[in-house]
Amino acid sequence: MNAQASMSDFILQVEHLSMKFGGLVAIGDLSFQAKRGEITALIGPNGAGKTTVFNCITGFYKPTEGMITLNKRDGSTFLLERLPNHEIPARANVARTFQNIRLFSGMTLLENLLVAQHNKLMKASGYTFLGLFGFPSYRQASAESIELARHWLEKADLVDRADDPAGDLPYGAQRRLEIARAMCTGPELLCLDEPAAGLNPKESAALNELLMGIKGTGTSILLIEHDMSVVMQISDHVVVLEYGRKISDGNPASVRTDPRVIAAYLGVDDEEVQEVLTEVGDEDVIEQLDTGPDAAHGPGNSASMMAGPVSDSVEHANEGERVTVSKGASKAAQVDARANSTKSKPAPKSSTAKPRGGRK
Amino acid sequence: MAATVSSGRDAVATPIQRAFREAFYAGAISLGLFVLFIGLRTDQNITNELILVQRWLLLAIVVIAVTVGRFLYVAYAVPAMERSKAEKAATPAVVAEPGFIKQNFNRIGLVILLLYPIAMVLLFGFQGSLKWVDNFGIQILIYVMLAWGLNIVVGLAGLLDLGYVAFYAVGAYAYALLGTHFGLSFWILLPAAGCMAAFWGVMLGFPVLRLRGDYLAIVTLAFGEIIRLVLINWREVTNGSAGISGIPKVSFFGLISFNVSDPNYIAKVLHIAQSGAYYKIFLYYLALGLCLLTAFVTIRLRRLPVGRAWEALREDEIACRSLGINTTTTKLTAFATGAMFGGFAGSFFAARQGFVSPESFVFLESAIILAIVVLGGMGSLGGIAVAALVMIGGTEILRELDFLKAVFGPDFTPELYRMLLFGMAMVIVMLWKPRGFVGSREPTAFLKERRAVSASFTKEGHG
Ligand SMILES: Nc1ncnc2c1ncn2[C@@H]1O[C@H](COP(=O)(O)OP(=O)(O)OP(=O)(O)O)[C@@H](O)[C@H]1O
Ligand SMILES: [Mg+2]
Repeated sequence: MNAQASMSDFILQVEHLSMKFGGLVAIGDLSFQAKRGEITALIGPNGAGKTTVFNCITGFYKPTEGMITLNKRDGSTFLLERLPNHEIPARANVARTFQNIRLFSGMTLLENLLVAQHNKLMKASGYTFLGLFGFPSYRQASAESIELARHWLEKADLVDRADDPAGDLPYGAQRRLEIARAMCTGPELLCLDEPAAGLNPKESAALNELLMGIKGTGTSILLIEHDMSVVMQISDHVVVLEYGRKISDGNPASVRTDPRVIAAYLGVDDEEVQEVLTEVGDEDVIEQLDTGPDAAHGPGNSASMMAGPVSDSVEHANEGERVTVSKGASKAAQVDARANSTKSKPAPKSSTAKPRGGRK
Repeated sequence: MAATVSSGRDAVATPIQRAFREAFYAGAISLGLFVLFIGLRTDQNITNELILVQRWLLLAIVVIAVTVGRFLYVAYAVPAMERSKAEKAATPAVVAEPGFIKQNFNRIGLVILLLYPIAMVLLFGFQGSLKWVDNFGIQILIYVMLAWGLNIVVGLAGLLDLGYVAFYAVGAYAYALLGTHFGLSFWILLPAAGCMAAFWGVMLGFPVLRLRGDYLAIVTLAFGEIIRLVLINWREVTNGSAGISGIPKVSFFGLISFNVSDPNYIAKVLHIAQSGAYYKIFLYYLALGLCLLTAFVTIRLRRLPVGRAWEALREDEIACRSLGINTTTTKLTAFATGAMFGGFAGSFFAARQGFVSPESFVFLESAIILAIVVLGGMGSLGGIAVAALVMIGGTEILRELDFLKAVFGPDFTPELYRMLLFGMAMVIVMLWKPRGFVGSREPTAFLKERRAVSASFTKEGHG
């Protein structure tokens, strides 16, 4: 009974989620939970698999393994990995935005928000037939939908531009519009993929305010973000990914001081690497780290697959060549190795790794 | 072309000097090009021998025309355009109030269309009006209707359909077969033909749902050809390439008939003189009615959630899915609705013609309809109607240009240059208005004021 109650405290439960593209493990055995009414941040270096997690949650990818459970407020439960793509927003009420903004750029702002209310309006228009003959019930629903759109335009501070094409907006406004559009679907869980990317400090502050406003309405938010100030300010819970694996999970303060997170983000600096090596005393590691610059040092894997149309990349997903992520590349693993080695001298074999190919 | 050649020396040359130089280049190039194309021609004489006809005069006319044209363009047209552009840039604040014609375009157009047959009868008499009402009026209206139907698929939903004529064929054959075998009336068969075409629209839609862009275009093209080949080869039913004749005429809801032998023939009912023109005029208004129905439904649909979903699909399919729109059914409804109007047009075509054969449903028809949609400006009904008027009316009017025979000799048949003109018109329009006649999009809802969306923001779709 008690367990039941705590279960539904979590709006989203991700259990043992894995996503493989050919041989590339984009997500490996990831489990985390998002509490209802909270802002949960998903952070990690470029290429960590954050967007892939989103694509699995919103049905754009079918996960290789694992279970994604969504508990709605009314008690109903959905297994998101089993729902078809378009039913996830429609039935499970999960809305999302995209890392590269995807607006209907030739339609006005208002139209963008009306398209988001498609399913509701479709029912009101009697699947087009009643609407075609101008039944009053549809006219009323249509007026209501415009009111809802106006509400979110006001929240996003875009109401003055309601009749302009979305493609004409400046970048920051497009980001806000995409959030407003997602909110018009009436979501219980809102997934935002790097909403603050490319915003100036003022826009970023406005975004924080918008997100806090959304949180105030009881909508839970799952947030991918690189901007630490945004994450620390507004999130209640942070999950950190590196190379598709969870390396830390907790409240912002504890995550911020977690050495594994610091290592993953900042990289262990060279002296420390030396230290690790000597402490571990592992010939293999020395050899491997000598072979070339580390993949995790540069901006390297920033290329997000979501830059192109999702379905295009999905179709090629199986053609990916077989790549295994070398453990040596993971900074968090190095920190682990160091921690372990200080405890007991025998070096953990886990830090030796399979051939150290690039991640491409 | 010469502009790029001589750009280095432009700084010093005056426009006139440059114009002379470029005119010379253009003349030389056209001489080189046309000396074999136009200057010489192979022909047969009475004894079936191959002879070479020399047409130096014609060649000279063409080359001089090119030279003078280039000279005038470079010397006068280009500076004038630049001047007007500079003037426009200097006075940007004034937003010109659209003229009376532009504001009331639809109403004026409708009035003209309604009065057109009457005006023709007054001008040319019953017999003389036949040609104008039938060859121009009805012909153009059929294409307007087809193009508006295709517009739903291509212009709104952004799905490139190269086999649209298949639905036209389904509608025509549905009416022809059911009308001749079962004697059902046009008014029953019109919706039936529409439904049948819509059914085939869905049949086509299913397999191509996952295809996009070029692949979709190829499959739809193949579908159009399959339907035509079935019509040719399924002799027992369709009578093969001989076609079906004796298709019953349309009656005025069964009240007034247009068959001279019927007791309720129009001339007998209304006590007027016999004439074939009544039927044509009736058909004209029927076609106009069907067009208006198409326009009405399209305009209504655009403001309904389906219509918005179609346009959203054209803009970004992935975003659509992230908003819970079922893209499968949305695409299928677009195919079905577009096909249905194709079916209506087809059954009307069969009734008007009294005869159908696979000849009428070749790929070229699909291409022409698509060209009209593209020229008109994808998604805009007014632009498409104008494009149909220009393209179909233009090619029909070629038949009337007998005076050209005086210029190009008695065996000049202007109709043969139809496709050339078609192509030229397309190139010119695409250079001058790359987004078609009407390059802006009318929003379907507004908060404060309705402002047209410039086409530079809209997408063509990739599916
Ligand atoms: N469709 C796909 N096919 C093949 N590989 C993919 C696909 N999508 C993602 N990947 C790979 O999965 C890994 C994780 O990518 P993802 O886009 O999820 O990273 P991310 O954490 O969102 O990074 P960023 O911060 O740059 O957005 C990358 O190595 C990427 O190349
Ligand atoms: Mg990403």
